[in-house]
Amino acid sequence: MSGHSTYVPKSAVAKWFESRLPLVGLVHSSFVAYPTPRNLNYFWTFGAILSFMLVAQIVTGIVLVMHYTPHATLAFSSIEHIMRDVNYGWLLRYLHANGASMFFIAVYIHIFRGLYYGSYKAPREILWILGVIIFLLMMATAFMGYVLPWGQMSFWGATVITNLFSALPIVGEPIVTWLWGGYSVDNPTLNRFFSLHYLLPFMIVGVVALHIWALHVVGQNNPAGLDVKNLKKDTVPFTPYATIKDFFAVVCFFVFFAWFVFYIPNYLGHADNYIEANPAVTPAHIVPEWYFLPFYAILRAIPDKLAGVIAMFAAIAVLAFLPWLDTSRVRSATYRPLYKQLFWVFVLCCIGLGYLGAKPPEGGYVIASRVLTAYYFLHFIVILPILGLIEKPRAMPGSIAEDVLRKHGGAPVGLASGASAEPNSKG
Amino acid sequence: MKKTTLLIAGFLAAAVVAAVPASAAEQVKPPRESWSFAGPFGTFDRAQLQRGFKVYREVCASCHGLSRVAFRNLSQPGGPEFTEGQVKALAAEYQIQDGPNEAGDMFERPGRPADHFPSPFPNENAARAANGGAYPPDFSLLAKARTYERGFPLFIVDAIPFFEYAEHGVDYIHALLTGYREAPAGTTLQPGQYWNEYMPGHAIAMPPPLSDGQVEYPKDEAGNPVVPETVDQYSRDVSAFMMWAAEPHLEARKAMGFKVIIFLIVFAALLYFTKKKIWARAHAEEAHG
Repeated sequence: MSGHSTYVPKSAVAKWFESRLPLVGLVHSSFVAYPTPRNLNYFWTFGAILSFMLVAQIVTGIVLVMHYTPHATLAFSSIEHIMRDVNYGWLLRYLHANGASMFFIAVYIHIFRGLYYGSYKAPREILWILGVIIFLLMMATAFMGYVLPWGQMSFWGATVITNLFSALPIVGEPIVTWLWGGYSVDNPTLNRFFSLHYLLPFMIVGVVALHIWALHVVGQNNPAGLDVKNLKKDTVPFTPYATIKDFFAVVCFFVFFAWFVFYIPNYLGHADNYIEANPAVTPAHIVPEWYFLPFYAILRAIPDKLAGVIAMFAAIAVLAFLPWLDTSRVRSATYRPLYKQLFWVFVLCCIGLGYLGAKPPEGGYVIASRVLTAYYFLHFIVILPILGLIEKPRAMPGSIAEDVLRKHGGAPVGLASGASAEPNSKG
Repeated sequence: MKKTTLLIAGFLAAAVVAAVPASAAEQVKPPRESWSFAGPFGTFDRAQLQRGFKVYREVCASCHGLSRVAFRNLSQPGGPEFTEGQVKALAAEYQIQDGPNEAGDMFERPGRPADHFPSPFPNENAARAANGGAYPPDFSLLAKARTYERGFPLFIVDAIPFFEYAEHGVDYIHALLTGYREAPAGTTLQPGQYWNEYMPGHAIAMPPPLSDGQVEYPKDEAGNPVVPETVDQYSRDVSAFMMWAAEPHLEARKAMGFKVIIFLIVFAALLYFTKKKIWARAHAEEAHG
């Protein structure tokens, strides 16, 4: 779908430049002329929201680094210095800390959008797998970032998670020592996590560029899950249509973001992280950040440590195989009556795992975690492959244009003023 | 199929619900107090912060540090807002270690507004030795470092505009300070431990720190204290002071938040109408086929 650039350099300078490096043409074809399906709903704005969040995290992060000290004896105090003495330091830090959570809220909506509308299916497998890689990089970045304030939960979270590698046979212990740079989580660990926390976001930028590139080759999926047949009838140019819609959605998301930053900035954090790291005192409950909770629940559901670690990583890795696990040829859940229901069961399963991840690993919580963990994998490994074979899809519209007309059903011809309210919002 | 799906969903939900009563021995929930600094327009009550500081200084400071707070902070906007003169005089009452001087010796000098509150003990070991093995935590961040579990579904409600709740820490501290009771029959406390309703596990090493009439409060014209000189009021005031110490820019944050959110909402509305206008063209095309 790329290469539809209609950009024609006008001035002599632009012509000279374009014939040597067609940069403006590339941007034009990717973000101006790029054809987007007409029937996209607001769930398709989360790509733009995520791009904004990535930039916001990098910008606030770079400024925070100007005031932060990555040393085991100084890190915690330097965060308090930012909070108390740096001009608008409290704003920067709350933006960055809550920004991480917002990033994950957006990415989870983005991923579930992909699951619902079958965005991972051919020809978008590479696009999807790049997304899984971004998700992994985000998790690594967020985990290391949470260690940097060097509070109790930073320290003990780092201890628990790095210790997971000790479950590996033979090489486990040496790997953990190597990760720590010593025999416990200490200053060398903090320093390398800081270094990697600064590096990984730029790797994310790189993979995001590939993700967008792949997207612009295969084109966007859409709520009907149909391919574009007629560029003129099925699509609109990215600018101004998608640009303005994305911009609107980004600002709405920022209202939500601002609510957390200004009024409940510590809601998503842990009180324990306002206590400086102390290797001699273990917190009553060591709990990771909320966005890791479903995976943490899976880890603890398995009685064997190594098997738990494998299950936790498998829970993410299984996503990469999704394009081949889902045997249905129909993309959108709109036309898959059974999948539509089971999708929501799966969403509830993930939320349930998140809840259980925050609870102590005892009694009924463990049993519930096991049931939900089993279902999590069942969904991917058993339900999806079988469902595609037995499910009878609903009748689909012939084209994207038809889908749009169906949604705006009966808008009388000639009503051109846009009075057909709520344009495209539920498309 | 719908039935099957509901069955699966029901089974998964039952698994989670069945798990819930498994956790016994929950912490007693502190009562929710009303604070002047709660909510989107919350501001500290200056007089309350000043009283709270007085309680801290006369009672708590003998064991608890306030090391991340500088004297100058006490006169900054959004805090107790003592005058600069008051802060200067206050700082001078403290002896601060400085040095080394030209001879290479450390020396003590009167405090200056830029100095931080000196800690009551030179190190943790000294603090423990003086307190029967317990370590009195520094006050600077305590209001944010303490909390209690709200449980499902209240913890979700806490994030919702108009119902939001971010004062778990101060509520807990106020409850703790007023939560000393006779140990119920059958409980055994170690020597040097006291029974507190809100302390997780109920055994606390801090003796009841406050008693009625212990700290003298400012008087009105009739010579009566402006607020009652009771344990409850002392606790309330010192908790508010601790909230300020933990979050000295709370007022600036909330004031800015209101402006930012109003701006974003207006901006979003303008963008919405712009979007509607632009998309009208596309819809016109669609309608005409």
